[in-house]
Amino acid sequence: MSVRRVMGTEVEYGISVQGVPTANPMVASSQVVNAYASATVRARRARWDFEEESPLRDARGFDMSRQVADPTQLTDEDLGLANVILTNGARLYVDHAHPEYSTPEVVSPLDVVRWDKAGEQVMLDAARLAQQLPGNPSIVLYKNNTDNKGASYGAHENYLMRRSTPFADIVRHLTPFFVSRQVFCGAGRVGRGQDGREQGYQISQRADFFEVEVGLETTLKRPIINTRDEPHADPEKYRRLHVIIGDANLSEISTYLKVGTTALVLAMIEERFISRDLAVDTPVASLRAVSHDPTLQQTITLSDGRRLTGVQLQMEYLDLAKKYVEDRLGADADEQTLDVLARWEDVLDRLERDPMSLADQLDWVAKLKLLEQYRSRDGLDWDDAKLQLIDYQYSDVRPEKGLYHRLVKAGRIQRLLDDADVERAMTEPPEQTRAYFRGRCLEKYAAHVAAASWDSVIFDLPGRESLQRVPTMDPLRGSRAHVGDLIDRCDTAEALVAALTR
Amino acid sequence: MAQEQKQPRKSGEEQETTEVAPETDVAERKEALDDDVDAILDEIDDVLETNAEDFVKSFIQKGGE
Repeated sequence: MSVRRVMGTEVEYGISVQGVPTANPMVASSQVVNAYASATVRARRARWDFEEESPLRDARGFDMSRQVADPTQLTDEDLGLANVILTNGARLYVDHAHPEYSTPEVVSPLDVVRWDKAGEQVMLDAARLAQQLPGNPSIVLYKNNTDNKGASYGAHENYLMRRSTPFADIVRHLTPFFVSRQVFCGAGRVGRGQDGREQGYQISQRADFFEVEVGLETTLKRPIINTRDEPHADPEKYRRLHVIIGDANLSEISTYLKVGTTALVLAMIEERFISRDLAVDTPVASLRAVSHDPTLQQTITLSDGRRLTGVQLQMEYLDLAKKYVEDRLGADADEQTLDVLARWEDVLDRLERDPMSLADQLDWVAKLKLLEQYRSRDGLDWDDAKLQLIDYQYSDVRPEKGLYHRLVKAGRIQRLLDDADVERAMTEPPEQTRAYFRGRCLEKYAAHVAAASWDSVIFDLPGRESLQRVPTMDPLRGSRAHVGDLIDRCDTAEALVAALTR
Repeated sequence: MAQEQKQPRKSGEEQETTEVAPETDVAERKEALDDDVDAILDEIDDVLETNAEDFVKSFIQKGGE
């Protein structure tokens, strides 16, 4: 196994209406999503099909009763909020009080980056289109995770895993990895504590919002390992690991390493390769302690008594992953797996020697460098509003205002993709998964697609009384190799459904 | 400063240049670096929201997920 796996991200964007601080964020989020839908989705708008969703299903094997569930955990009821499927196979919708973009299912870390960055551009276009609505609301979106006043919103990752892997193994081996991976995929934050009551910089946007080690919740008592278990695939064979601990990254390299290294660790867990016990004594406290020390000197106590820094703990995983790839793949290792390993090693090495040398690669370092330059030029304390502003504005999705975008424009941040790659991914689906089938159907037969979801496309065909549901339970079927020719050949939805059900 | 220090050792022309060169180099590099920092901060000054205090106060989000 390698970095290849069915995976994707889902990001909630911060939202504000300029000049109207009292604006209802649900309304503004709906305006953003609807404006994009109206402008880009032809003919009828396919509904989201909720049939297979079960957000209260727990990976540990029991269902949470609806009576005891917090209302914010219910996502499967169509609340009438905007919800649209795009021709790239992604889902654009309103979740609580934020617009959210879920990438289509992809199979490589670089493709996660590609369709995740496409999501930023979709959000940018959506906000611009919303400005043409009655009242001309000027809506600005932020790819960040906190307002520094107590609220946090998520940037989740999803990884398809073998059902046969014991969940306890996942918890044991993944927790120390999640406590420490922020050293390269943190997005950086001005302020400490959920409401930012303490001054100072920290590595992660999200660390202070995690309160327990394992659990089902995502909106309160957030767990390092989330147990939500909706595989959107055959539940006998697969689970979907729903990762809620990550930060929303702007840097392509941060996102690439975040999902690439995680995919490698999951492969090692599935194949029972991890023989060392890297368990951490106090994961929640350690997560925060690592985040609160941008000098990276803070140590974590392992259950075996060793004290390692976050970077050193990551080096343990890197060492295992190198041996694993050598052992299992040897000369057959694919390019991206080797690239992830090489970059992971280089980044950890630089974090040990000279973290600031990564200001052109990692979000938290790029942001810190900018903040330090302002502090030194203008003599600012960490509680200065200007520094807080810089933190927020780093994630502004507008190329003319967003500071990440200004740094890229000035050649100060490295990229893995170019603008044309990302623009293509706004409309074109990935080719290796069922997202290809979903996306192509929406592109070619929009007028006859009544609804769609991760695991189905539902057609409303002329002359047929009932809707025709095409299940797509296997994430790796419905790829271009499977259905590309068929879709090319079928000029109508009727012809396609007839060919599929023959 | 550098000129004064060099005065007593006028004897070797060669020595003088080798001594001066690195210093100028470092100074130039530091100046280039400072210019670089100034350039990016100037650019960012131009796009930063104008009233930081008000902006920060009004940036209020609801929880999500």
